[in-house]
Formats: sequence, structure tokens, C-alpha cells
Amino acid sequence: MRIGVVTFPGSLDNSDAARAVRYAGAEPVPLWHADRDLSGVDAVILPGGFSYGDYLRCGAIARFSPVMQELVPAAKSGLPVLGICNGFQILCEAHLLPGALTRNLGRRFINRDVTIRIENDTSAWTSGYAAGQQVTVVLKSGEGAYIADEQTLAGLQARGQVLARYSGGNPNGSVADIAGVVSEAGNVAGLMPHPEHAIDLLTGPAADGLGFFTSVLKAVAVA
Amino acid sequence: MARVVVDVMLKPEIHDPQGEAVLSASHRLGFGNVTEVRQGKRFEVEIDGTGEQALAAVEKMAHELLANPVIEEFTVRLAQ
Repeated sequence: MRIGVVTFPGSLDNSDAARAVRYAGAEPVPLWHADRDLSGVDAVILPGGFSYGDYLRCGAIARFSPVMQELVPAAKSGLPVLGICNGFQILCEAHLLPGALTRNLGRRFINRDVTIRIENDTSAWTSGYAAGQQVTVVLKSGEGAYIADEQTLAGLQARGQVLARYSGGNPNGSVADIAGVVSEAGNVAGLMPHPEHAIDLLTGPAADGLGFFTSVLKAVAVA
Repeated sequence: MARVVVDVMLKPEIHDPQGEAVLSASHRLGFGNVTEVRQGKRFEVEIDGTGEQALAAVEKMAHELLANPVIEEFTVRLAQ
């Protein structure tokens, strides 16, 4: 099983994402923003960081990179894609996921452990969890407040597209406590906090985050 | 050659923490009668072509790149 991890200029968490893929038992495949093919990978992770310096808007420039021209049609055809933090922002800018991410309500950059509650346990990235399961991961973002208009939000909730919500308090002003959303088809997921930093007690607050990476292996094996 | 100005603002219903920070700073600095601040962006685009044609091209660019229509609105005008 080969999972691509894209590095954009300004990406920070590509190494940790690749490490999480290895921990899950798959082979991480480095992809570069200027690549014009996806090297035949079975899934793709867009990691956190500050792609292209967050110029214009977070994720706005990355959306137009060559690798994204390949990724967008592949994602629409069912390729599992997980965007974490800046990756989530890129997926929203690319219109693969609805809504947008805006500056934290309290204006401060937030860097701390958070507990999220898994809402959707059938997506390609969360099938290894149970709905309602509490998972400890790491939040580190300045523009992490998820927003969507009322109609979009109602649709997301009705179709089970809320992937996870913040549990025990809303850290950043995200609407309806939303920490992550998933496409209607269940293959494209965006998550603001970082599961890849919580896969080993040696380096993180928990090992809870590994489930995102093991879930996708199952999804790919079934497909 | 035309110069086109694009003003981008967060939609009125979108929370603007930066504008609020400027508002509270303005009160601390003695501008006590300021009641609201919204912060936006201004782009000045130079483009080959003239008039309506340049305006239409930049409007398309604003929609696809300069603004995110999910959270922002924009106006486009020719610079004097």
C-alpha cells in the first residue's frame, strides 16, 4: 500500500505524516508540489504547514500547484485524500470540501492538545473508529475556525459529512464545533487538528491519531 | 495598459477578529468614538487591454483567485 504525502514550499508536517503512514504499515511516497503525476499512489495526504507562505489566503496558492491539477480529478474519482490543517485549507480552497477556514475567534495561534469526538465512522479515514469515540490529537493553527453558510451546514449535518467535532469546549470558534468534514462520497477528508502528531506516546499526547492512517489502508484494500 | 483596483472584504456575516483587534486598539489610543472596524485587502492589477475588457478579465481573476467567494465579497473598478 503506497500513500503519497505532498510537500509544498512551506509545508512543515510532511515528515510526521510520512512517519504516521509507516507506523500504520504502509509505504509513504513523497510527492512534490511541482509533480505532474501522483506516482500511482493509493491515497494522498496534504500535510500541515504554511504552503507558499500562506500568501493571499491559507491554501489559496497551493490550490493552483501542478500536483493539485492531478489530485483534484483523482479525488473526484474516489481517491482517498486527507488534508490536515493547511491541507484542510487547501481542500476547501480547491472546492473539494465545502466551507472555509478563518482566523481563530480569539485571534491567537493555538498550540495544544485537544479531544475530538468522531462523528462519521464510515469515511475512508475514520472507519477504524467508533462514532462517538473521543480521540486526543494536537491543534496548532492560527486560522482554524471552520465556517460554512447555514444551508451548507444543514446539508453537511444531514448527510453525515461532519467528520469530527471538538469535545469539551470550542477552541477556535468553528461553527457547530466542527473539527473536520468529509466529502459526500466519504473519500476526501479535512481535519484541522493533527492526528499525525499523536501516534506514539514517545512524541505525542496519545497514540489515538493512528486510526486515521490505519482506516485508509482498510478503505484502499476494500476498493 | 489598464490599472484595475480590486477591493476584497469579508462578507458582513463573517466574523473579523483582525478588525476587532484594530477597534479595541483604537479605543485604547483615544479614538473612543470609533464604533466598528472591518479589515480588508486591496489589489492593484496592471493588465494589457483597456476598459471593459480589462475589467472583465480582472473580475474573473478576482472570483477565481483574489477572493474566496465562500467568505469574501469584492468590487472591481478601473483606477483613475
